[in-house]
Amino acid sequence: MDIIYTLLPVFVFGGLISFIAQLFIDLTAVTPARILVFTVCLGVLLYAIGVYEPLYNMFGAGISVPLTGFGAAIGKGVRSAVDEKGAIGILTGGLSASSSGITAALLLGFIFAILFKTRSKRM
Amino acid sequence: MMETSYKKKLIKKHTPHSRVLRDCTLAFLFGGAICTLGELLYMLYSYIGFDSEKSGMLVTVSLIFLGALVTALGFFDNIARYSGAGTLVPVTGFANAVTSEAMDSRSEGLVTGIGVKIFNVAGPVILYGILSGVLYGIIYYVYTLIQRGSFF
Amino acid sequence: MEIYMKKITVLKSDIRFISYAAVGGYEERRGPLGEKFDFSDPTDRFGQDTWELAESEMGKVALNTALTKMKLSHSDIDLLVAGDLQNQCVASSIGLSGFGIPFVGVYGACSTCTESLMTLSAFMESSEALKIGAALTTSHNSAAERQFRMPIEYGGQRARSAQWTSTAAGAFILGRRSGIDSPWSEKPKISAFMPGKIVDGATADGSNMGGAMAFAAAESILDYFSESEERPRDYDYIVTGDLGQVGSDILKDILREKLPGAENIHTDCGLLLYDREIQDAHSGASGCGTSASVLASHFLPLLESKKINKILFLSTGALMSPQSLLQGQNIFGIAPIIKLTSPD
Repeated sequence: MDIIYTLLPVFVFGGLISFIAQLFIDLTAVTPARILVFTVCLGVLLYAIGVYEPLYNMFGAGISVPLTGFGAAIGKGVRSAVDEKGAIGILTGGLSASSSGITAALLLGFIFAILFKTRSKRM
Repeated sequence: MMETSYKKKLIKKHTPHSRVLRDCTLAFLFGGAICTLGELLYMLYSYIGFDSEKSGMLVTVSLIFLGALVTALGFFDNIARYSGAGTLVPVTGFANAVTSEAMDSRSEGLVTGIGVKIFNVAGPVILYGILSGVLYGIIYYVYTLIQRGSFF
Repeated sequence: MEIYMKKITVLKSDIRFISYAAVGGYEERRGPLGEKFDFSDPTDRFGQDTWELAESEMGKVALNTALTKMKLSHSDIDLLVAGDLQNQCVASSIGLSGFGIPFVGVYGACSTCTESLMTLSAFMESSEALKIGAALTTSHNSAAERQFRMPIEYGGQRARSAQWTSTAAGAFILGRRSGIDSPWSEKPKISAFMPGKIVDGATADGSNMGGAMAFAAAESILDYFSESEERPRDYDYIVTGDLGQVGSDILKDILREKLPGAENIHTDCGLLLYDREIQDAHSGASGCGTSASVLASHFLPLLESKKINKILFLSTGALMSPQSLLQGQNIFGIAPIIKLTSPD
């Protein structure tokens, strides 16, 4: 039973973010590309105003899966880099914190592009 | 000649609305499921013995791998037409954007094709993510200076 | 006595569709007209490495099929008019490069089929020396997705008003009959044409091209019947290219108001190519191959067998580019008309 109590909040949080994004896509002229950008920036903002960390501790690691988590990681990286190195941290923190995700995506994207061919769309 | 207002009225009358309830329900279920999978992976990695930071990173990387693989095998677009934002907003959507652009532009060459286009959809996310980070960094840096009393 | 008409050109020459062929991909074969296609490739690749070359090859297959049906060879063709959806019409130029026939490339977005047939018949009308001409129109879903929208494997949702760019080609061989002894008396005829006007579609929504093009179709039809002595009831069908469900509904509303009776004989190639009960084409088919392949596989055979006698055929084009859409410009529509009749 315990596992359900751990997983349910994560499910609801992830679902809710997707739900809100879908609402924007369906009801406004906002394109998916803008939604992604907005989600990342929202993550940075949530971290900056100190909301993200408590949410993370409350709900669990699963809530970092949406791109808000990517944004929060950038925010966290910048903050700890500034704490450590001062002003130069403003420039180094963001990319170092998000490096694993970006590198993994680029690497895998490249490898799969070499290995696989696109297939025409089906209805 | 028809008036623009007349045309706009006709377009509005005949353009079907999105099926908001269906779309949002599916997005909720898929988005929730992917995050739950992330949480399960986190538990697995922690159980194996990684610390919390490394486990978190591994979760992201695993889901990126999954998104990229499903894209490469040609199923991602077939799932996403139902899941919508449910697969877009999780990091799987980021992986799909990168992988699909790379696969697509393979025919235009390694550098001029893949090299240029791989950032087509992912680029804005990285750019504005980093820019927001820099903005936050400046504010936070100034804030630390004020706190230490060395700003003025 | 000949009545001078400003917009409509009534052809004095007896120009016939002496041969035609439709070629398509997987989804087109699966559709209600699939059986009537001359050839289809379930992989949509036509044996090529890139989607762009696949479109070229598809066009080549269509043209060669049409030629073979009448035992014609490349050298029998005096002029070739062709167009497609790729930038700079490159699918046609690459595909037809080996043919060695004088070539005119046309771009009219999805109106290319009618535009090329109109252009070719105008050439043939103006020069007696032109005996046989060919017109070819192609569109490829994957090439179009790459160029106009997103990568093929990108996971996005299409709006319900969006249409499905067909992977299809239509090839037509037009021949001039001179005198009663000429062959091809049993072939359908192209007897008049009218170029379209550029008409504001009143929307900048790239996933509602059918709606944007409906007004161009309406203006063309209204223009035609205001100038011509004919009335809609003289026709079996008024066939639009790819308005889809949204565009067809809009057009019918306009016709009901401004040209009553015409709405009942309206039909749309975009709604004929796929079975929307089993194929998730949303508002219908689009792409210039749609009207070309439906004309070649459906309407021309009907005319040739005299099951129908007279149709107005207007492929509808959405004039825009990815840049113009991103810059928020409206989509403009165009709908040239050709009049097709069964053999006398």
